[in-house]
Amino acid sequence: MNAMLSRVADSLYWMSRYLERADHVARQFDVHLTIVTEQAVDVARRRRRRLITCLVNEDEYAAAEASDYDLAYLLTFDEDNPSSLVNCIASARENAHQVREQINSQMWEQINQMYLTMRSQSMADLWSGQPHNFYHWINQEIYRFQGITDSRIMRDQGWHFVQIGRYLERASETADSLNVDFRELYSSALETDAVDQQTYLEWVGLLRGCAAYEAYSKVYTANVQPRHIVEFLLLSPIFPYSVRFGINRIQSSLQFVGEETETPKSARIFRLSGRQRAMLDYAQVDEIIDGGLGSYLLNIQNQCAQIHQLIYETYIAYSIEDKLSTR
Amino acid sequence: MDEPERVIATRDARFAAYQLDGAYDEMFTPDGVPRPPYASLYKRLLELTPAELETRQQTADLSFLHQGITFTVYSDARGTERIFPYDLLPRIITAAEWEMVERGLVQRITALNLFLHDIYHKGQILADKVVPVDLVISSKHYRRQMRNLDVPHGVYVAVTGTDLIRLPDGRFAVLEDNLRVPSGASYMLANRQVMKRVFPGLFSLYGVRPLEFYGQALQNTLAALSPVGAEETTTVLLSPGVFNSAYFEHTFLARQMGIPLVEGRDLVVHDNIVYMRTTAGLRRVDVIYRRIDDDFIDPLAFRKDSMLGVAGLFNAYRSGSVTLANAIGTGVADDKAVYAYVPAIIRYYLGEDAILPNIETYQCGDEKERGFVLANLDKLVVKAVGESGGYGMLVGPHSTAAERETFRTLIESDPRNYIAQPTINLSRAPCFLDGQVEARHVDLRPYILYGKRVTILPGGLTRVALRRGSLVVNSSQGGGSKDTWVLNW
Repeated sequence: MNAMLSRVADSLYWMSRYLERADHVARQFDVHLTIVTEQAVDVARRRRRRLITCLVNEDEYAAAEASDYDLAYLLTFDEDNPSSLVNCIASARENAHQVREQINSQMWEQINQMYLTMRSQSMADLWSGQPHNFYHWINQEIYRFQGITDSRIMRDQGWHFVQIGRYLERASETADSLNVDFRELYSSALETDAVDQQTYLEWVGLLRGCAAYEAYSKVYTANVQPRHIVEFLLLSPIFPYSVRFGINRIQSSLQFVGEETETPKSARIFRLSGRQRAMLDYAQVDEIIDGGLGSYLLNIQNQCAQIHQLIYETYIAYSIEDKLSTR
Repeated sequence: MDEPERVIATRDARFAAYQLDGAYDEMFTPDGVPRPPYASLYKRLLELTPAELETRQQTADLSFLHQGITFTVYSDARGTERIFPYDLLPRIITAAEWEMVERGLVQRITALNLFLHDIYHKGQILADKVVPVDLVISSKHYRRQMRNLDVPHGVYVAVTGTDLIRLPDGRFAVLEDNLRVPSGASYMLANRQVMKRVFPGLFSLYGVRPLEFYGQALQNTLAALSPVGAEETTTVLLSPGVFNSAYFEHTFLARQMGIPLVEGRDLVVHDNIVYMRTTAGLRRVDVIYRRIDDDFIDPLAFRKDSMLGVAGLFNAYRSGSVTLANAIGTGVADDKAVYAYVPAIIRYYLGEDAILPNIETYQCGDEKERGFVLANLDKLVVKAVGESGGYGMLVGPHSTAAERETFRTLIESDPRNYIAQPTINLSRAPCFLDGQVEARHVDLRPYILYGKRVTILPGGLTRVALRRGSLVVNSSQGGGSKDTWVLNW
């Protein structure tokens, strides 16, 4: 039986989750800034509102009429927004700090440097300089951190908790973007007509925001079709940002942790993640769209939330009495 | 100290402000000639331009910042993280000097460990009136809960950090014993890592004794004290957590030893067995290298308001199922009032004279000595006996009249709690400050490990009072540190 401290598993999980969120927020906003320059005023306004729905989860913001400057502040420096970049990176660093002796020195130095640089930035510098460079820098730094992680750390439980955090966040984010954009942009008319130029920009934005545009083009060519987008972002077994890819990774990592810790095979967490994986492995895109993409995606997000809950109940915040009685 | 200040005669401008006077200078003889072990360093310093030195200093500082080698300043309400200032120039100790320090430390720690066993058992040394019984019982760190408790292998102090200073005549003397939870070993190791990066050539030229084995030595020391076989022992480091000023050190040492760092909330006690909460359920713990003070370790046995400790830990310890290193109640032997008796303690248990001298100490608890102290507050250093880290201290010659009055009142209201010592002119070592080489006061904290046998790390942490003229080297009071080289020759 191999064991790691529950608190350590918890911190590794959140460290990884917060970084993945920062990666997503930085990329989405970077893509937004390039697209919005070519959009009509009302189209751009709707775009901003969708972005707030996806990235902030606060109704009060969605109602407000935010400019790109406001949005940049909200997503980057706003201390009251738990998902702002400054908060995500500080939380990731704080969690890394909590497990300073568990992660290797290169990982810690990378995240610590990123945090220190982030702290030294101001909104004025960001906006008067080149915002693209800044958000691009965030993504690059996070990839560097993930690169160090993947090339350096042992494939023990700790690594698997890092994986679970990363892919739970990623799968939820991709599902969320797909859901919000689809609800507003999709109509069945699109199935027959060629996509017009304005809408084309939005669909490409959805793909870019999920780091998917280049990969999509390799599979489907530059022919942007909503149905293909759903198929790719939801069901691709080989694209690392797709929901299915993430769910597969989560299921294998939970399997590993379960074997290491001798968790009973019948445990709820295995049944749930196994069922979720099977559901996506055998799904057909046409059936999903006909049956309602929104409810399908909502179901996936709910299952992700349940897996998060079960990880806590099984490995992290369990009751001592239960464990003593089974010794 | 009253001697006129002299500045060494050298053609080089960067030594222009280098002060030579009554204090022992680590680098220069009183005539301003480099001592033999410093000759190569001196030569190298003259070859390097101030800009080159500055670049190396920046490399070092940045490395500390990125590694997060910082400490938290308690008196600052925002809890600011700061780098522990690092001085670029090494402090050098010859093999002959070190040999004597080593013998002195082994002798001292052996005697102090016997003393702890004695006072918590028969109390022979007290019955023989070598050490006054009142002094021991009234110590803030005496723990009656430890009476008649046998600690594993009779080892009370597994880890010691003894503060040494160099007297004006060049002899090393003991300023303070730290037998509770001495810190700083990680800085010693980090300083060495950085030094090897910024001065690789000089380092290999010198023949410096390595320190890297500290993690392994500490791990072996702890495992040797285990209640079960070393093979099946689970050792953990118990830290107060991420907000503690020494958290960097805790994570560093845990990594060096390859053991888990736990917090109080990670441990539970059931039927006098200590467990840690893991992803695979509860797992038994055998040895705890605790970096939490006695008072906070178990809210049931000691301070009830402690949020850092583990309820029931002391009972588990009493039952012998788990080892705590250091043992509970060791602070009584590093009480600054008991300190004065250490030479007598060494003579009593070992029949030897102390190899490393003590600093003359006046007990304010003694009426006659108190009178002397109160009449000479402007000349003496006054210390609260149970404090550490440079807190609760008056440096007479550098104090204001108001500060002296405060201490007069403090001493009169609780005389047992204060001692005084003559103001010692600590030795000075060269430091690189703002493009100049200047002399600053230093001390030395070697680390002593006591498991199956006593192991002493060659060197230790040299702490520097970076403010000109200051005699206080503690990091919380504006001190820094430098790498310490014990030579093979």
